[in-house]
Formats: sequence, structure tokens, C-alpha cells
Amino acid sequence: MDVILFLVFAIIAVVCAINVVVQNHPISSAISLVGVMGSLAILYLLLGAEFIAAAQVIVYAGAIMVLFVFVIMLLNAGAETRKGRSLMVQAVGVPLAIALLGSLAFFVQRLYPRDMVHFGGFQGGSALAVGRALFTTYLLPFEITSILVLIAIVGAIVLARKELD
Amino acid sequence: MQLWLIPILPLAGFVINGVFGRRFSKGLVGSVAIGSVVLAFAWALRVILALGDLNTPHVEHYFTWIQSGIVNIGCDFAVDRLTAVMLMVVTGIGSLIHIYATGYMAHEHGPNFGGYYRFFAYLNLFMFFMLTLVLAANYLVLFVGWEGVGLCSYLLIGFYFDKKFATNAGNKAFIVNRIGDFGFSLAMFLILINFKSLDFGTVFGQTAGASPTVLTTIGLLLLVGACGKSAQLPLYVWLPDAMAGPTPVSALIHAATMVTAGVYMCARSFPIYAHAPDALHAIALIGIVTACFAASIGLAQNDIKKVFAYSTVSQLGYMFVGVGCGAYSAGIFHLMTHAFFKALLFLGSGSVIHALSGEQDMRNMGGLRSKIPWTFGTMMCAALAISGFPFTSGFFSKDSILIAAYSYAPWMYWVGVITAGMTAFYVFRAMFMTFFGTYRGHEHPHESPPVMYLPLVVLAALSLGGGFIPIPEFLKQFFPPSPIEENFTLMAISVAFGLGGIGLAYVMYVLKPGMADSLAGSVKGLYTLVYNKYFVDEIYDAAVVRPLVSGSRTVLWKTLDAGLIDGIVNGVGTMSRSVGSLLRLPQSGNIRSYASWVLLGSVIVIVTVVGILGGVK
Amino acid sequence: MTGVPVSWFLTLSAVLFVLGVCGFLFRRNIITVFMSIELMLNAVNLTFITFSYQLKQVNGHLFAFFVMVVAAAEAAVGLAIILTVFKNRNTLNIDEVNSMKN
Repeated sequence: MDVILFLVFAIIAVVCAINVVVQNHPISSAISLVGVMGSLAILYLLLGAEFIAAAQVIVYAGAIMVLFVFVIMLLNAGAETRKGRSLMVQAVGVPLAIALLGSLAFFVQRLYPRDMVHFGGFQGGSALAVGRALFTTYLLPFEITSILVLIAIVGAIVLARKELD
Repeated sequence: MQLWLIPILPLAGFVINGVFGRRFSKGLVGSVAIGSVVLAFAWALRVILALGDLNTPHVEHYFTWIQSGIVNIGCDFAVDRLTAVMLMVVTGIGSLIHIYATGYMAHEHGPNFGGYYRFFAYLNLFMFFMLTLVLAANYLVLFVGWEGVGLCSYLLIGFYFDKKFATNAGNKAFIVNRIGDFGFSLAMFLILINFKSLDFGTVFGQTAGASPTVLTTIGLLLLVGACGKSAQLPLYVWLPDAMAGPTPVSALIHAATMVTAGVYMCARSFPIYAHAPDALHAIALIGIVTACFAASIGLAQNDIKKVFAYSTVSQLGYMFVGVGCGAYSAGIFHLMTHAFFKALLFLGSGSVIHALSGEQDMRNMGGLRSKIPWTFGTMMCAALAISGFPFTSGFFSKDSILIAAYSYAPWMYWVGVITAGMTAFYVFRAMFMTFFGTYRGHEHPHESPPVMYLPLVVLAALSLGGGFIPIPEFLKQFFPPSPIEENFTLMAISVAFGLGGIGLAYVMYVLKPGMADSLAGSVKGLYTLVYNKYFVDEIYDAAVVRPLVSGSRTVLWKTLDAGLIDGIVNGVGTMSRSVGSLLRLPQSGNIRSYASWVLLGSVIVIVTVVGILGGVK
Repeated sequence: MTGVPVSWFLTLSAVLFVLGVCGFLFRRNIITVFMSIELMLNAVNLTFITFSYQLKQVNGHLFAFFVMVVAAAEAAVGLAIILTVFKNRNTLNIDEVNSMKN
């Protein structure tokens, strides 16, 4: 059962990710990215991370991607015209990407051959547990990230407003 | 006893004249200069009289100059009998020459090159260094004075620095001196290593137990230094060229004081030489050969100052013979009498040149004895002294050297006697060509002012009567005993040669004036050789100077300096630039290429850390 | 087989990450590049949660949480920058944003 769930949503995630990379029009990429995030949320649930899964859907897919879509519409970004690809980047990038994937996969296989994931195997991912850790052990990063968000808001407003002339 | 006052007084004169002399009147400059030297003379006299019989040296230690490891050198002055003699000579003759120079340099151009005050400032500086040299109680302080007088000699020879031949002569003097100084420095190093000190007392106390080879080497190296400073073979070539300086300079530095520093140094180091007979033999040998060689050159010169310059070289050779034969006191005695009559000869020739408004060639002189009688009279006294005329000072000093030479090596005596004859000949040749016959020039000769001929009178009196000053007895206590016996036969022979020389000159230049030229014509080759100073300068130029200059130019300058060193320095810059331009290439401004680099780096890191190094623990 | 091996999750994360890298390298539209970055961040999040499961600790969840927050802030500011760049240069082509060249 877990295996089937995992495979289904993993394949959805990969297909959507490939779509993100391959599509011409940015809006298609954005919708595909939403698909990735959704399937990832399911996988988080499989891993027992309830709070994070909810946060993923609400914050990531619901807010950040909406922001992306707004900006795409604002800029009226059209389909990307196919001009010639930079040969150098392709020649170097493709082997490198394959090398990266190969090395990561290999090491992962070698290091963790045995451990298994069951649905419900980890109970400590509830909002209670996350909240407790957040406001005790990780209090300082929490406060700092709130300031970070404030800075981001102010920065975004400053950058994006119209010039006052 | 405040020995330091003796050199400091002329130094004060140098500072005052050097700094303020531009604004002083000529009289004030002259007074400061003369006054400082006369005061130094007076103080030296007082010191000597107050110190009694000076059997033991009176040493004054002022401050420790160098202290490092085994090297412990203080600034020490000492007075013993030898120093006393030298002090009197240097300050006494110095004062007379300073007085003379105020008259001689009176027409020196004023503020343009600062002629008058600059001259006296340099002269006072020279006195300071010379007195430091004489008063020194260790080799290093002596070397300070040694170098200092070399410097002042350079400054004063090249005094007319707008004339190329004068500056060339100054360079030549300094450079040739340097060669001698190299030998002196090596000797000092050896002394320091072997005796652990440069102090005279300490070193001389240890010479008895030292190895003869070491002592001989030190002695020979000191001799090299002395040859440079005292113009002996082969380093004499600077002295005739040094006549480019003003005549008082030639008199003071190149006759009476600086050139005697080499003799003084050898005499001072007699404990070293006492145990190194080979070095002593070398000194005597060089001395006698130089004496004969230089005298032969002096026979054919036509410039009056050049004649006396070669005469100085020759007489210095005599002094070295005296030292080399073990007759140290005879050598020093001759140093003193030579100072008297040579200074007089130079000052007198300066008076002649001044009378003729700058003429120096004797072929354009003649018959001057009625026109400049004071100069003539005083110079005649000096000429008699240098020729060894009986009972003059030169007679006593030269004869004591010749007698000592006879008991050392008879052939040296005979060469010395022949040289004495040549000396008499060329000095009187100069006298006759200048003062006798008819005047061959176009100037209007006039006698010098009293400020110039009064010092000449004093020096003339000293030249005639100086032989009676009991210097040899005074110095006998100081030096080891030497085999000088009175030997009337030898004395008579040398006097005979001297009188013969005078007579021959009289015949050739007064009685039969054309005889000299016809004689020269008949031995044309020999005459050309002698007239051109045996082409020694040309030989040195071709053998030493030219290869050195071209070697420096091609090897040192073009290859090493411009090629290697500049190449390295410029190369570093060029290399920085090329490395920089190479490193610039990744900075393409293209975001995607940056990402590729990051990716490459991360792949490498992952593979290295996890794969090769076994993961992060 | 009731469980999914942990290495499968990690491999999936690696695949997503590499896809993000490819998108970053090979696409010319700035916004697409940005989205590839978000894809990479998600892959990393998956890794964090996986390890948190394996070690039976909640810290991985916290890390993922903070990554999300920072990604949000970064997305906001980054998009604002893209807006400004578009206003100035009128292009969304990443190769033409190259005034730092040479």
C-alpha cells in the first residue's frame, strides 16, 4: 500500500518537474510546479509530517505559486522564443547534471540500504510536536525569520513601486 | 689632557666656514681657518710639553664605538713620541700653508662656486681627519682618518670642478687609494681575527707570540694600503695627476701630510714588522725601486709642479727604504725634513705661478730671480736641502737612511745614491730653468705679497736648520734599535753624487742652454719613454681600466641589471597581469555560466567527500 | 513489502534536485529559472523530512519549515527584482542581463 502510494505520487512529481523544465510558456511551468508541490505534500504525509504537509499546500502552493502566477500575468511574459542554445552550457551542463544525479543516487543507495518507511511509523510530526520544538529549541531562529519576513516585505515594496516623479 | 681638542678645533673651523662662510668676508674666512689650525698647534704643543718624556703612551678613551662579540672598539686617542713628532709637523706646516693660502686663493671667485670659503672649509676638514689619523690609538680610528683624508684629497683635487681634467684627477686619486684601502681592510680583518682587538697596545703586546706567516701577511697587506696612500709603485699614478688641484693643496696634502700617512702607519706598526722580516724587505724593495723610477721620470718633465710631484713619490720611496731597513727613526726624520723642504718647493712654485698669472710650463719661464727675489731665495734653500747639501736638514735625514740601507743591503745604498744624484739634478734643473737665463714668456712677473712669502721664509729656515732638531734621539727610545753608525766615507760619496747632480744641471741649463735639447735628441727613444712617464698610465688604462669598464657595461649593466633584475621585477608585473587576465575569463557576467561553475564545484565536493574520504561523520 | 525504502525517497529528492539544476542551466526565461530554484528547494525539503523520519526526530520538520519561510521571503524579493529588471531592460532573457560582462 505504501509502495503504491509512493510510486504514484513520485511519478506525478517527476513528470510535473520535467514539465516545469521543458515547457515554453512560464504559466505552464507554474501550474506544473503546483502539481509537484501537491504530490510532495502527499509524500510528506506518508512520512508522517502532517504539519509540514499542510504548510506546504497552504504556503508554498497556495501563496508563493500564486505570487508567481501574478507576476507572470503582470509581466505579460509570453512563450519563450527558441533562439540558439548556448552550446558551451549544454556541453558542460548535461554531463555535469548526469554526474550529479549519478553520484547522489549511488551514494544514497550505498549509505542507506536497509531502512524502510511505513505510513504512521513516525508520530512526532504533528502540529503539537512542531509547535513545541518551534517555540522552545528553535525560538531564536523563529524570531529572526519573522524579522526576515518583515525585511522581505519592505524590500519588495520598495523595489516594485512606481517611481514618484 | 683634552686630546680631542686638537682635531676638534679644525673641525669647528670646517663647520663655521662651511655653514656660514658664504656670508663672511674673505678676511673672516681666512682668520677662522688659520686660527683653528694655529690653536690646534698651540694646544698640541702644550700637551706635548705637559706630558713630560712620553716614554709610555698617554691614552684617552672617549666612548665605546663598536661592541659586538669579540669586536670591542673605542674611540681612543693616544700620544707617544711618534705621535708628538707627527703632531708638530702636521699642525705646524698646516698653519704655515693656511697662512700662505689666504694670499694665494685671494682672487678665487666668490659666491659662484663658493670658492674661497669652500676651499678653507675643505682644508680644515682635512686637518681634522689628518689629526684623527695621527692621534688614533687603534686601527679603526686610524682608518677613519685614513679614509677622511682621502675624501678631502678628492674634494680638493677636484676643487675646480668645472674642469674635466681636475675632476678626473680627483676620481683617479680616490679610486687608486681605494685599492690600497682594500689591502688595509683585509689587514685589519686579519688583525682582528688573530689578536681579537684592533687597539695598538693590545695588538702589539701579542705580536711576539703570533705565527710569522700571519704577521707577514698582515704586514704585506698593510703595505698595500700604504702604497695606495703614499703613492708607491704600483699605485703612485694618482699623485702626478693630483697637481690639478690648487698649489697649497699640493703642498699640504701631497707633500707634507697625507702622503706621509702610509709611512706613519708602517712605522706605527713596527712591532708587527719586527717579527715579519719578509714584509720589511718588501717595504724596502718597493721604496728603493719607486725612488729610482720616479726620479727618472722627473728628469724630463716640463711642468714645474709635475717635477715636484715625482720628486715627492721618489722621496716617499726613501722614507719607505728607511722603514724597511729597520731605521724607523731615520724614516720619520726624513718625513719631517721632507715636509719642510717639499712644502717650501711647492709653495714657492705656487708663488712663481702666481707671479706669472698661471703659467706652469718651465719652458716659458726663466730669469726670474731678479724679479721675485724672496721666492728665489727661499726655494734655493729648499733645493739645497733636497739635494743633500751638507748640513741642511735633507743632508742629515737622507744620509741616515742611506747608511742604514748600506748595512741592510749594499746595492740599495748604491741605487739610493744614484737616485740622490738624479734628485739633485732635476731639482736644480727646475731651479735653473725657472730662475736663470732670460725670461721666455710674455707675462709681467711680480713678487707675491708678504702673506705668501713670509711662510716661505719660515720654511726655508726650517729646511736649512731643521737637521739640528734632535728628532732621531727623541725617537730612539720609541723604536727598536737600528744599525745606524756614522760612516764618513758613505756620507762623502752621497754628497759627491748630490753635488755632481747640481753641477751637471748647471752645465746643461746655465752654461750651455742648448745642450739639454741636443742630448734629448740623441737618445730620442729613451727620452720619449721617460717623458711619457714610461707609458704607465696608458698601460693601466688598457690593461685594467678599459676591460673593467667594458666588462661592467656588458655584463653588469646590460645583462645583470637591465636584463636579470629589471627582467625579474618587470616579469613579476607581467606575470601578475597575465594571471589576472586568465582569471578574468570565468567572470563572464553570464549567470548561467556561474551556475555551471557552482555545479561543477559541488559535484567535485560530493564525490570527494563522500566517495573518496568516506563521508562526513 | 510493506514499507518504502528510505533510499527511494532520497533518490526521488535527488532526481527533483537535478531537474531543478537542469532548468536553471538550460532555460533563458528568468521566471522559469526562478521556478527551478523553487523546485530545488522543494527537493531539499523532502530530504529533510525523510531524514527526520529516519532519525525519529522532529528537527528535520523544523528545518523544512524554516526553508519554506525563507523561500517565501526570497520569492517575494526576487520577483520584485525581476519586475524592476523588466522595467529597466524590457526583457526577460537572462542572457541579456549581462552588464557585468568583461
